[in-house]
Amino acid sequence: MVSAMHAIDRKLIRDFRRLWAQALAIALVLACGVAILLTSLGMYRALEETRTAYYERNRFADVFVSTRRAPLSLLRELGQISGVQAIEARIAGDVILDVPGLDKAAVGRVLSLPEVGQPVLNVPVLRSGRLPETPFEVAVNEPFALSNGLQPGDQFSANLNGRKRVLTLTGTLLSPEFIYTLGPGAMMPDNRTFGILWMQRAAAAAAFDMEGAFNDLSLKLDLYAQEPEVLDAVDTLLEPYGGLGAYGRNQQLSNSFIDAEIKQLRSMAVVLPPVFFAISAFLVAMVLGRIVTLERSEIGLLKALGYSDVEICIHYLMLAGLIALCGVAIGWAVGTWLARGMSQLYVEFFDFPFLIFHVSSWVYGLSGAMAIAATTFGAARSALAAARLSPAVAMQPPAPPRFRRTLIDAAMSWARLSQPTVMILRSLTRWPLRSAMSALGLSLAVAAVMASSFITDSLDTLIDQAFYQSNRQDAVLVFAKATPLSVLEDVGRLPGVMQLEGQQYHVAVLRHGQFEKRVSVEARFPGVDLSRVISATGAVVEASAGGIVLSDVLAEQLHLRVGDMVEAEFLTGKRGRYRMLVTGLVKQYFGLGAYVDLAYLDGLFGRATEVTVANVTLDDAALPDLHAALKGIPNLAATNMLTEARRSFEDTISQNVTIMTTVYITIAVLITVGIAYNGARIQMSERARELASLRILGFTRWHVSYILVGETMLLALLAQPLGWGIGHLLAWSMTAAFSSDLYRIPLVIKPATYASASLVVLGAALGSVLIVRRRLDNLDLVSVMKTRE
Amino acid sequence: MTAGPSMPATSPTEPRIVFRTEGVTKVFANGEVKVRALDGVDLELFSGEFAVLLGPSGSGKSTLLNILGGLDHVTSGRVWFRDTELTGMGDRELTRYRRDHVGFVFQFYNLVASLTARENVQLVTDVAAKPMPAEEALDLVGLAHRMDHFPSQMSGGEQQRVAIARAIAKQPEILLCDEPTGALDSKTGVQVLEALHGINDRFGTTTVVITHNAEIRRMADRVIRFHDGHIVAVEVNTEHVPPSQITW
Ligand SMILES: Nc1ncnc2c1ncn2[C@@H]1O[C@H](COP(=O)(O)OP(=O)(O)OP(=O)(O)O)[C@@H](O)[C@H]1O
Ligand SMILES: [Mg+2]
Repeated sequence: MVSAMHAIDRKLIRDFRRLWAQALAIALVLACGVAILLTSLGMYRALEETRTAYYERNRFADVFVSTRRAPLSLLRELGQISGVQAIEARIAGDVILDVPGLDKAAVGRVLSLPEVGQPVLNVPVLRSGRLPETPFEVAVNEPFALSNGLQPGDQFSANLNGRKRVLTLTGTLLSPEFIYTLGPGAMMPDNRTFGILWMQRAAAAAAFDMEGAFNDLSLKLDLYAQEPEVLDAVDTLLEPYGGLGAYGRNQQLSNSFIDAEIKQLRSMAVVLPPVFFAISAFLVAMVLGRIVTLERSEIGLLKALGYSDVEICIHYLMLAGLIALCGVAIGWAVGTWLARGMSQLYVEFFDFPFLIFHVSSWVYGLSGAMAIAATTFGAARSALAAARLSPAVAMQPPAPPRFRRTLIDAAMSWARLSQPTVMILRSLTRWPLRSAMSALGLSLAVAAVMASSFITDSLDTLIDQAFYQSNRQDAVLVFAKATPLSVLEDVGRLPGVMQLEGQQYHVAVLRHGQFEKRVSVEARFPGVDLSRVISATGAVVEASAGGIVLSDVLAEQLHLRVGDMVEAEFLTGKRGRYRMLVTGLVKQYFGLGAYVDLAYLDGLFGRATEVTVANVTLDDAALPDLHAALKGIPNLAATNMLTEARRSFEDTISQNVTIMTTVYITIAVLITVGIAYNGARIQMSERARELASLRILGFTRWHVSYILVGETMLLALLAQPLGWGIGHLLAWSMTAAFSSDLYRIPLVIKPATYASASLVVLGAALGSVLIVRRRLDNLDLVSVMKTRE
Repeated sequence: MTAGPSMPATSPTEPRIVFRTEGVTKVFANGEVKVRALDGVDLELFSGEFAVLLGPSGSGKSTLLNILGGLDHVTSGRVWFRDTELTGMGDRELTRYRRDHVGFVFQFYNLVASLTARENVQLVTDVAAKPMPAEEALDLVGLAHRMDHFPSQMSGGEQQRVAIARAIAKQPEILLCDEPTGALDSKTGVQVLEALHGINDRFGTTTVVITHNAEIRRMADRVIRFHDGHIVAVEVNTEHVPPSQITW
């Protein structure tokens, strides 16, 4: 033969080229599925593998616990707990830092290094410089050094044990404990104002009065250890020394944030791609069904010429295969780009000592295979029908579709609809499955827009409740330990402080029957104005003496209702078990809140009123003075500038939401175009003769367009209510997937969100069908009888 | 009814039998309505002959041709191609049979619109056992200069000649033509007939042509008349007229 390519393959390629716009519309939907699978599954695997490798290499501990002050001699007993493989005791504490060039106080988490050698657990990676060797040397976590422009040899000062000391930076580290580094009370990582300081054990002991003692413990378990039993044993041993309750990796802050991210990626990988693959399969089925109908005589001919059923079947499957190839190619390109963008985002939020850009080749393989499987599945029916077509039957023209008068027809004639309208309605009911599937596809597009834009509504509610209703203070000053109420007078004298309220934070284990949860309990004065608890209806809720108010999520976890009694074992304050009445439940989006009356609690503890934090509102003009003053206050463990936190939270969120909305709207438009464009092209092909005859009969262009546009737009309109329903469901399941002990997202969907989702989809549908409609204008009334789609 | 002079198939001096049918019936059942398209057809076709099937519309000509060509199954009766029985063959064997032995020409050309003349012919040469080059087949029907044109760029007669080139390119033993001139005017029709006749002459291809056009019978070796699913008459033509002398 002259050329290597077979004539039937050349037909394949020409058919594909002729169908390019339709094929592209499908390929783009398919590409969405491939790209999302690639990104979510690829990043899920990459993040998980990177984390696992990091944890293993640097011996990340399995159990963590803080305690007030335990003697080093206790370590022998702790190490003998069955299942404990290794143990690392440290001194930990928060200090206020004065970093040159930083206009506000930063908080440093001090961690002691062993006297000799490296820590056995949570081994830090040295990134530059060396470990500290003298008492006033420290190493810091690399992000803190980078964002403050600190280099080995640089100096900054810290309040250590009430005295301002100058510390010299010797090196930078990264630790598996701080992949996600969140300061106390912060909502977002801020590497400028929160850093980890590793210092020699002796220096830390002097700073926190811990000679011969420790207050922070990490344990590594062996393979056969039962974590709950180890936790109990550790708690029992530490009980006399003010143990604050041992917890596993699932409550370790950095780890649980990465867990949440991994969980999210995984559910994204499981939920979203199948939707796109299903839509693509449907579109392929629709388009190929039409092509096989049009090519009946060619199929018959090929069979008459001696092509086998299998060859014919493969011929049409390959047409779908070409669409799949385009989809996979685009999907891989976009997916790779998205994965890269995502890993850049991770680099910003997560501190790993090595890169996590890599998407495994099997993920590429899997996404490609799934795309091909989806299109093959969609094509299978038509391809098999083509293969089954008897060669003799194929030679005859297809019988005109049979119309029967139905109730709908009777209704239509009763309603005296115009003929074009009747044509639209009849065609919708003639292909009920196709109409239903198209409407379903379009409704998924509506749902996709809603699934992203509702987040704005939800976060507005969340931000309003958390920041503007409940926590209205500008800053929280955290004291190193519980302090007599008189400290508030000192705080009140600080520059710029306007309103001022004290409060206590405690760690307690709440128990109800077999359920228990380690939480932080807030004790407040009645009638406070800055940090309030707000019920779902917006009313201020306060705990009365003897009572406790819980967030609804916490109550649910403990199976508690209003009127039940709960046992609270306080690990701070005066340790002991107290029974309290649940007097109210509140809806909250951050953490697991529990609230008691401060005077009542101090009564239980049998002590004079103390506070652990001060909530303040500030005069903006005095901020620089305030920051300068805060850097010098002894006994201050941390300062939490809420106004700034709010701003950066809102900025980050709105940036993320913008990205997400853009992605989802793009997706929705692609789906809509895929369905509406292909649908209109098929109608056009089925109706070319009909529409041309109408034109010959004297119908105007407008009338004829109305038929074409009307059917698609009617379907799109019918899809809206269903889309809203699915969107609502999707939004609900997203909020469910997002929610963890750390935070929850309320399900709020404003009417504007429904409307804009509909507008996007209706607009895209109209655009697609108008592109097809243009072909009507160029319709050559004579030659139309010969046109193919 | 037996068609044609009865000749023992084994005799070396007599023409060899290519097709033999025995009591072939074909009933189409479309829902309630049953149409008896063939109602006991006994026929023999001989190697190298040019046979014309004549008959009114709906008399079953196409149905018979489709059965001979392995496109369709009989309802009852038997059909042999040489010593092989076609009735009873599965779809896979019928596909082989079509691929290896039969060339088809249809009334509406049935070219693949997205392929050029040459490529339409290559559709066959790609799968046939011992094809002639597509270019040669097109040359035989006088279309060597239109090889790279698409069907939409050719006249009806030209398209039909491409279809004939496609049918003969595999060098089939049998050529089955269903109203090859049905859509053509007299002049182009004659060109098509000349092409068919030339092939029959040169290669000795058994050729069966269905037509409504009684004039065409003048070029046939035998004329088989159909009516209501039966063969009503078989005439042997002793004086052939060349296609060029036929007009309508
Ligand atoms: N697939 C089919 N289903 C039902 N009836 C059929 C089918 N094919 C053919 N027929 C019927 O069988 C009869 C014979 O049809 P056939 O096509 O063989 O006639 P014909 O002689 O070729 O006619 P024409 O000259 O019009 O082509 C006709 O009555 C026709 O309606
Ligand atoms: Mg016929």
